[in-house]
Amino acid sequence: MSFYNFAYLDEQTKRMVRRALLKAVAVPGHQVPFGSREMPLPYGWGTGGIQVTASILGRNDVLKVIDQGADDTTNAVSIRRFFARTAGVATTTRTAEASVIQTRHRIPETALREGQIVVYQVPLPEPLSRLEPSRAAASEMHALGDYGLMHVKLYEDIARLGHVSISYDYPVMVNRRYLMAPSPIPAFDNPKLNRSPALHLFGAGREKRIYAVPPYTEVRSLDFEDHPFRLTRAPQSCALCGARTSYLDEIVTDDMGGRMFICSDTDYCAERREKDAAE
Amino acid sequence: MTGLDLPGFADPVGDAQTTFRALLDAMARPGTLHEVADLAAPPPLGAASASVLLTLVDGETSLWLDASCMAARAWLVFHCGAVLTDDPATAAFAVSIGMPPLGIFCAGNDVAPEESATLVVQVEELGTGPAYRFSGPGLRLPSLLQVAGLPEDFPVQWTANHALYPRGIDLVLCAGARFCCLPRSVQIEMG
Repeated sequence: MSFYNFAYLDEQTKRMVRRALLKAVAVPGHQVPFGSREMPLPYGWGTGGIQVTASILGRNDVLKVIDQGADDTTNAVSIRRFFARTAGVATTTRTAEASVIQTRHRIPETALREGQIVVYQVPLPEPLSRLEPSRAAASEMHALGDYGLMHVKLYEDIARLGHVSISYDYPVMVNRRYLMAPSPIPAFDNPKLNRSPALHLFGAGREKRIYAVPPYTEVRSLDFEDHPFRLTRAPQSCALCGARTSYLDEIVTDDMGGRMFICSDTDYCAERREKDAAE
Repeated sequence: MTGLDLPGFADPVGDAQTTFRALLDAMARPGTLHEVADLAAPPPLGAASASVLLTLVDGETSLWLDASCMAARAWLVFHCGAVLTDDPATAAFAVSIGMPPLGIFCAGNDVAPEESATLVVQVEELGTGPAYRFSGPGLRLPSLLQVAGLPEDFPVQWTANHALYPRGIDLVLCAGARFCCLPRSVQIEMG
């Protein structure tokens, strides 16, 4: 497609996003404002992630795009095709083969390695937004490192329900300084961010914010000494590949109460089944 | 000789992208050495500092040059469209041969630490000279890097800069075609 610049965005925009990305990496977990552009798809479909990907992507990159862990859902297919057409990059569904992974709401099950970059599509970058509606007041709390409000929210959950009732977008402390929304990944994925060998970049298009977690950076899910952070996962094993440790989706199969649990990460599931078939 | 007879990137889109990815990796893994493609840089700039500036600086950013870099001024204005400033405290980017005192640049504020300056500093050599030990986000284990041409009190200056965290200056050290990044989050000791 010669009608567009490489990877769609013009060079001026890329420079602006790139400057924001470098500052975001220098201050892990801090939300850096950027001049989010109008993209050829609506807000809420990953415009932030797409602008980050467009600004980092090179001709030799291999791109993987997932939506809730799946390579074959509408959002993933559209974004993958968008970059295949505007940048001509190679695409893959294999986590291990990808150099850039754009994701909506999951971290792949396959362990990430050094040199890989994960780009997250973020709807609400401000972890305090549900507790403090004013953006200015929330920024001041970040400046002061004053996160008492979030601790009170967790405490109230425990006092009322006996556990913290956040199952996704579970708030984390990055490098012991900034409270960060890890985007709506399940809390199950939070530990994968801690001291991960990969670089994690977060883009929020509508909210115009970029933030980052460099490799090997401490990312701790908020908790209390007597109520430590605990992983939750459906107790079933995957109906297709039998995995007992992966994150599962519940699929309703009929109107008689029938349901099955399968891996949310389609690449992980398919690879396990291929391996089983080969043996 | 103003350097204006020298070209910018041969492939503006591709070269800016490869330089940026090296910068991103360098910033994410402080103290790791990276190399840029060959570029006919205007003296006294080396290929690395010229490439970094072509990649990041444009009409939206203010640029401060130390007196020894003035020979490259016309080239930077033409190829980057940079807006030059005389006041280091207002510069988003600063270029200098040898380390300037860090205190003269903007370190951002607590609400917007990203407004701090990024310094592109040319040192004598990377990979030889006194060893420095880096630790912090981005590094699995503390790493060592030899840098020739930093002032003796650099670790002290840096400790003061690091103490401002999350405010603080970010450094890009360049020598010839090589460069490395030192974000404010990194701790530095003599190795």
